[in-house]
Amino acid sequence: MKNLITGAEALWRALQEEGVKTVFGYPGGQIMPVYDKLVDYQDSIHHILVRHEQGAIHAAQGFARISGEPGVVIVTSGPGATNVITGVADAMTDSTPVVVITGQVSTAALGTDAFQEADVIGLTAPISKWNYQIRTADEVAWAVARAFYIARTGRPGPVVLDFSKDAQVGLTDFHFEKCNFIRSYIPNPKISDVAIKNAVALLDAAEKPFVVFGQGVVLGHAEKELEAFLTKGDIPAGSTLLGLSALPSSFPLYRGMIGMHGNVAPNIMTNQCDVLIAVGMRFDDRVTGTVETYARQAKVIHIDIDPAEIGKIIPVEVGIRGDAKTVLSLLTEKMQARKHPEWNASFGHCDAVEKEKVIDPEVYPTEGLLRMGEVVDRVVRATGEKAVVVTDVGQNQMMGARYSRFNQSRSFISSGGLGTMGFGLPAAIGAKIARPERTVCLFVGDGGIQMTMQEFGTIMQEGVGVKIILLNNNWLGNVRQWQELFFRERYSQTRMLNPDYALIARAYGIRCISVPDRASLEPALKEMFADDAPVLLDVHVQEEGMVMPMVPPGKGIHEIMITDSEWYK
Amino acid sequence: MENPVKEYTVTIYTENQIGLLSQITNVFTRHGLSIWSLSAGATSMEGVHNITIVTAGTEKKVKESVQQIEKRVDVIKAFFYTADKIVYRELCLYKVSTAALMEYGNIEDLLNRYHARIVEMNKVFTIIQKTGYSNETASLHDELKDVGVLQFVRSGRIAVSRAEQEPVFKFLRKREKEKNQQTN
Repeated sequence: MKNLITGAEALWRALQEEGVKTVFGYPGGQIMPVYDKLVDYQDSIHHILVRHEQGAIHAAQGFARISGEPGVVIVTSGPGATNVITGVADAMTDSTPVVVITGQVSTAALGTDAFQEADVIGLTAPISKWNYQIRTADEVAWAVARAFYIARTGRPGPVVLDFSKDAQVGLTDFHFEKCNFIRSYIPNPKISDVAIKNAVALLDAAEKPFVVFGQGVVLGHAEKELEAFLTKGDIPAGSTLLGLSALPSSFPLYRGMIGMHGNVAPNIMTNQCDVLIAVGMRFDDRVTGTVETYARQAKVIHIDIDPAEIGKIIPVEVGIRGDAKTVLSLLTEKMQARKHPEWNASFGHCDAVEKEKVIDPEVYPTEGLLRMGEVVDRVVRATGEKAVVVTDVGQNQMMGARYSRFNQSRSFISSGGLGTMGFGLPAAIGAKIARPERTVCLFVGDGGIQMTMQEFGTIMQEGVGVKIILLNNNWLGNVRQWQELFFRERYSQTRMLNPDYALIARAYGIRCISVPDRASLEPALKEMFADDAPVLLDVHVQEEGMVMPMVPPGKGIHEIMITDSEWYK
Repeated sequence: MENPVKEYTVTIYTENQIGLLSQITNVFTRHGLSIWSLSAGATSMEGVHNITIVTAGTEKKVKESVQQIEKRVDVIKAFFYTADKIVYRELCLYKVSTAALMEYGNIEDLLNRYHARIVEMNKVFTIIQKTGYSNETASLHDELKDVGVLQFVRSGRIAVSRAEQEPVFKFLRKREKEKNQQTN
């Protein structure tokens, strides 16, 4: 029996089959048949109307990062599609599963410079994991099933479906079949026994092993396996920015964040260990500093699900292609239990120096304006360290990463690889929508908030209870910091005249609490966390605040500035 | 320390999908590799296409690019070879004036030496076809200078590996088996 429906309806049916309950989007001319059909599916699918398509994709990214399920975006053709491109590139770099559906002009009009036509397939090919132009209604079920399979398996990533208007209105006999096999695509390969054997031999012989882990641990649901591996081998570990919260901050072998603004100990130890085990991370240049001086003394074991990452930046002794969960369990099972008391104790000196020179002055100052680190610390403390921390990009991001503490995985969301200013606010909205029961705190600067501030409208319309902590220093702080340190204090275009945020918040019905000084912080936090309503906390922080420690560009990971005038020794 | 720049032949097997060729050439662009020649066509297996690209770069760069290409979902397999690991050919067509050719005289000897042949001849022009390595086809072009070459085209390289069997077919059979196991 035939079950004829339009391509537009087939899309909603296929999304339902994939378990989608929330989509982020914005209507427009070439996607109207899809929006028209949404009226019939509103009971089962919650559509969040954003204020700009970039907001939709960052919200979907926040949604995906916290829930592990693909975020879904629906936008129109042309400008609707080009407005999501930053987010597609961001999701690609940060391995975030997102399915983007863009409207497209009718197939007959393709290539004619029709109104709101853009070459979405050509534009998104290099920045998406897969893309496909749906030209007939019959392809909808197949394309959606394939899109979700590709987005969520292997190394996750963004997928773009370009949905032509005639395919939306055409009729199809709808049958949905989940995709679980593509012959040219092997998301989760068989793990090499030889590689495991070689890695175990290195681990068993290691006297000073060190683990650096990234988001692969979170994406691969390997948090428990990582703990077991570290515990059995008595191996200390450092996290990349996107790996944060995979291990609880209090985990005894956890040594902090690695990289440019990471903790001193894990950076120094990277260049002292004898075996470096990299788990689900890709040696970004913000992690390695100069590659020529990175862990040259160490034998490197690199575990990643993406074979193209292994050996890409750092030459490896053993490369293991596979998911972190399986690989770590195999290694834990086969390796000897070890103890490395001296090696583990040797991190203490670095920690002591960082605490005295950086952390204490940043988190417990007694005079002057509020400091960014201090604010992050108090906010996180006020949530009982249970909050989801979302950051924008810049000093707010580094402070949010350095001074947050976590006791649950999938609690840190930030734009890592692409470093997209404006990511924070919509990502926080997406995170809160995915997990309404959790407290979501956004740390954002006065620069980044103005890049996607229109999403206050989404907060208002949907009543999204995000807690926005604006670290307001009237500067583009991170660039200002570089200008001070490396460009002879020539402050080119980094001073910002800010609007009255209280008035803006008021216009959108969002409560704004101003925090001009230290004394008003605690009562403000109390007020902010008293309920689940959205709040903008406008915190006036020290204008010349700097993120330290810092591995300056062009330096090795062991060459660390501890203050603006002092190097770690 | 850096590896020397060498010529590599990259052989890519793909599904028949619109836009895939530009995805592949994008990877070359992004890695700063120029494409010296490119040829594409269907293989003996239905739905499987073959793309052969000649480029020059360090082994590391070319390997990285090939890995990025193989990562594309609809790319089945990608390989790269130095010239000694493959047998390859290029096809050239030379258009010369028939009158000039007649004047030249010893044409048969020239064609024999180059294993070239005439594929079309009329009163106005003659088309000569030659297959071979680029130095040979270039050399014939030089010799035809006296006759005057009106038009000259060279195809992209096609190549087969010196391995007994194309590894891609083995791979596809294995995948077929895995698919059956998964669905049973």
